[in-house]
Amino acid sequence: MQPTEILAALAGALAQGRIRVLDLTHTLTPEFPQIALPPEFGQCLPFRLEEVSRYDERGPGWYWNNFSCGEHTGTHFDAPVHWISGRDLPNNAVDTIAVQNFIAPAVVIDCSREAAADADYLLTVDAVKAWEASHGRVPARSWVLMRTDWSKKSGDPEAYQNYDESGQHTPGPHAEVAKFLVEERDVLGFGSESIGTDAGQGYHQRPPYPCHYYMHGAGRYGLQCLTNLDLLPATGSMLICPPLKIEHGSGSPLRVLALVPGGS
Amino acid sequence: MSLPMQRPRRKNPLLRTRAPTLPPWGRSRVALGLTAAAAVGRFELQQCADCGAVQYPPREACHVCLSARLQWKPQSGAGMLLSETTLHHSNDLFFRERLPWRLGLVRLDSGPTLMVHLPDCTPAAPAAVRVDARLDRAGQAVLLGLPLKEIEHMNDDRVLREMHCDPKFRKVLVTDGKTALGQALVKSLAAAGADLIWVGHAEPWKKLPGFADLSALPQVTLVPLDLSSAKSVAELAGEVAGKVDIVINNAEVHRTHGIATRRGVDAARAEMDINYFGLLRLAQEFGPALKGRGADGAASAVAWVNLLSIYALSNYPPHGTYSASKAAALSLAQCLRAEMRGAGIRVVNVFPGPIDDDWNQLLPPPKLAPAALAQAIVKALRDGVEDLYPGDVAQEWLARWRDNPKVLERELAAGEG
Repeated sequence: MQPTEILAALAGALAQGRIRVLDLTHTLTPEFPQIALPPEFGQCLPFRLEEVSRYDERGPGWYWNNFSCGEHTGTHFDAPVHWISGRDLPNNAVDTIAVQNFIAPAVVIDCSREAAADADYLLTVDAVKAWEASHGRVPARSWVLMRTDWSKKSGDPEAYQNYDESGQHTPGPHAEVAKFLVEERDVLGFGSESIGTDAGQGYHQRPPYPCHYYMHGAGRYGLQCLTNLDLLPATGSMLICPPLKIEHGSGSPLRVLALVPGGS
Repeated sequence: MSLPMQRPRRKNPLLRTRAPTLPPWGRSRVALGLTAAAAVGRFELQQCADCGAVQYPPREACHVCLSARLQWKPQSGAGMLLSETTLHHSNDLFFRERLPWRLGLVRLDSGPTLMVHLPDCTPAAPAAVRVDARLDRAGQAVLLGLPLKEIEHMNDDRVLREMHCDPKFRKVLVTDGKTALGQALVKSLAAAGADLIWVGHAEPWKKLPGFADLSALPQVTLVPLDLSSAKSVAELAGEVAGKVDIVINNAEVHRTHGIATRRGVDAARAEMDINYFGLLRLAQEFGPALKGRGADGAASAVAWVNLLSIYALSNYPPHGTYSASKAAALSLAQCLRAEMRGAGIRVVNVFPGPIDDDWNQLLPPPKLAPAALAQAIVKALRDGVEDLYPGDVAQEWLARWRDNPKVLERELAAGEG
């Protein structure tokens, strides 16, 4: 097929619903929880909306808002420059990443049962290899999305954050799997349903926050606070996830769309 | 003793809510000295520095020797109630609605004879009484003839209840229940007889010690409230603002930085966003509802309390950005006071020295215990003061600031806090 034919076929498939578009994005609201660091550190701002006018004396014919948030608020993209391991890489910020990386295939590893049983569940290399035994090898330059169904807790910020006195308890990748996916599978990035690509207790792994450390250190990306991963096939979907073009930005909230095969 | 007040009956929802009226508020500039003293809970009259004569009413020159050297001095208020009368008619809108109303003449032991309001609990003339100055609903000082000693349930007296902001039988919003101060406030309010206490809490996933225990108090309802979010404030106001009689805004962000000790403005912005803009958001959403209920029966809307800081008066450089945010909040609180005045809602500003909390860890004692501060705030409401400087540090700073703000600024700049 010629490229023009491919695009025309894609347009046709989208119009006919043979390829469906799924939204993997949470709505940006003031209630959606943000990452919390010890209070002496700088903090990521939550999403805030301030009305500018609403067909009133502040602007009689129009409605609009100002919003504010951090680069890592809501469903968001992590660029390599976000982490100290990726700070000196070329094209490591959201404004300089090659745009073709924002459209890429994805595989989904279903860890929902394990995460339901253990909030601190860590995805291991063995689990990835077991997944590959059923679904084939993780393709190079693809997203690996860890489905935990954690997004289903997002209506209850307490359950979604899941803090106790020892910190946050949310599932994520083991340090060795982060390294494995970069070095052995050459993935494009790692995506999760919880507030970070790393587990809630990721600070206590070696190295601390291993997914950030390995992925960004190798120029790979992160997606977090994803939703609707349970609607994706294990293989064969395509993500469209361009972050905002912020000068030297370390990440940004974004709309994550997935193209998936529809009914024939 | 006077009879204890009974729990006010539920209002008849078919009747129009009475609109607030104010007692006469005109005062000369010199007479405002009486108000300035009453605002901090003191009864002061001018005394002549030359002949010692105590003056009343406030004036420019001594009524005995014509000296212009008149100084405001605290008074004991001891005196004799010589005569009294009971008003059964008034053309003044405020008093018309509150008749009958006792007035009396008191000769102070220090000389002057004063016209005073008489609570029902004050003994009939002739009797020894104690005169005190209180702020009335207009926020101006008026004089009261009180029983010599505090009597049981005295604050329940209907005349006194027109002066103070006692939380008894009132419904209170405490904006942050996660801090030790917030929790102590809730307990003090419950002990003082508050009817309902809504306790705000932001970021529900952050579990802080003591907070969960609050819900064991029968008066308490925990409500989501984040002053950094216009939506959060508006949603809570929509649910409860029409019932809130007293707002206590204790939510604050406190970081311990000057200008050079912290890069960027994120921490200072967070302070400003809660300490200043948070007050603004809260006042825009809750203010109108309180103003509409300034005369809504025996448990009307009555007060708005702001947790400021003694650093609002003069910048404490080690906590420089916090000081600046509290100075901004003080300025806005003055605006709020002006806007609430017409409804008779008292804005109470609290200026504590360092509170014994995490962010003052490195400051040496004395530090205000949260429970002591909470009790001082509830007492301020019961006494009807509008400016509270609780604790030794605040009192000392206040004295230095009043003496000479420039000197205090230089002392603080030199690290002599």
